[in-house]
Amino acid sequence: MAAERITVYVDGAAVTVSANDSAASAALQAGIGYTRLSPITGEKRAPYCMMGVCFECLMVIDGVPSRQACMVTVRPGMRIERQTGARVLS
Amino acid sequence: MTQTADTVVIGGGVVGSAIAYGLAKRGARVTILDEGDDAIRASRVNFGLVWLHGKGDGMPAYGFWTRRSTDLWPRFADELKAETGIDTHYVKSGGLSYCLGETEYARETETLQRMREQAERDPYETRMVDRGDLMRMMPGVTFGAEVLGASYGPHDGHVSPLKLLHGLHTALQRLGVDYRPGSSVLEVTPAATAGGGFEVRTANETFSTPKVVLAAGHGIMPLMRPLGFEVEILAERGQIMVTERMAPMGLLPANGVRQTAEGTLLIGTTNEDAGYDVSTTPQAGASMVQRAIRVIPALAHVRIVRTWAGLRTLTKDESPIYEESARYPGAFLATCHSGVTLAAVHATDLADAIYNGKLGADIEPFHSQRFLDTKHGR
Repeated sequence: MAAERITVYVDGAAVTVSANDSAASAALQAGIGYTRLSPITGEKRAPYCMMGVCFECLMVIDGVPSRQACMVTVRPGMRIERQTGARVLS
Repeated sequence: MTQTADTVVIGGGVVGSAIAYGLAKRGARVTILDEGDDAIRASRVNFGLVWLHGKGDGMPAYGFWTRRSTDLWPRFADELKAETGIDTHYVKSGGLSYCLGETEYARETETLQRMREQAERDPYETRMVDRGDLMRMMPGVTFGAEVLGASYGPHDGHVSPLKLLHGLHTALQRLGVDYRPGSSVLEVTPAATAGGGFEVRTANETFSTPKVVLAAGHGIMPLMRPLGFEVEILAERGQIMVTERMAPMGLLPANGVRQTAEGTLLIGTTNEDAGYDVSTTPQAGASMVQRAIRVIPALAHVRIVRTWAGLRTLTKDESPIYEESARYPGAFLATCHSGVTLAAVHATDLADAIYNGKLGADIEPFHSQRFLDTKHGR
């Protein structure tokens, strides 16, 4: 049986995905290309291993930075955003 | 077939590699025999402080030896970079040991005073700094209410231990050192005739050499007795946590927290007796982060990415042991828990001494003979 479809927001744009999808999968489906900029080189990076190992998919999810988007399951209304550079501690 | 070398160094971590680097630079034909990925490898789990602070309490020679290494470090790092292109991220920033509350501040003040008085001249030049000093030294940082101050060591600094090991191994390759991973040494046998050198045997090969250096951390234990060495080495577990990468916070390195050149924060560490168990524990993690947050409360919002544990190679008095076998000259032993800090002096003074076959006055105090004198040891 197909999973329920839900709406999440990837960099502000509404995307409909399966309720079983990860946030990284949602970002890929949204077609935003890259999901973060390396804090060292400024290079564009995107999800790679999709199983919690490579840490390439770090994104800001519901306002919390540096989350492994591939390890987070989507929920209705989730805000998934690109992370640009290193976090600044406020 | 038996192969030959001027010197066989057993152990390819930071201690063995730094010694081999120094020997090769002096013209020796060196072979390094290293174990595989299943070895304990203290060099790969290190916090990365290049640290004089607190070294040599009760043994001033260790303070002077460490000071010598911190003096040599800038040139050592520059040389490695020039030879290999690898930047070890070494910075001689000065370093701190934070004091939470009056008891810690008083105890640290007393320790600095005691250590200064033990030596005929002061190798440390440490001083106490108060909360106001800390705020001036690190203007962007907000400290917890309990931070009364810290001890400050001007000769301290930090480095990426992994870049250091990589730099050393790359330099060794360029110098023509024969580095053999996956080559656990089964036995080192002195030749039947005095001065006849040694046979070093692995599962597949035999090396004949006039000089052998045991620099394999815990791995020297099964090899030392036939060579006339009798030293005791303890395993002490240290756990470290690493956070996500943060923008530079302007932190001076401290013995509980430092920010690496790549932006991650390292939080550590523990001193545990857990045998050879390298598990991590939530209790240790909790106590390490709790202390870090008491020092800098904003750290509570930083995400931890990974925790790991390593095993220090400790002697009973925590100072290094360097010695040449009295029974079998040409056999050397080098062990310490500060292989990163001491890498610069190992690559120069210690390598010189081994190359020339004479451990001089500055190295003599590190002979394990000292444990027979009841003043030392714990």
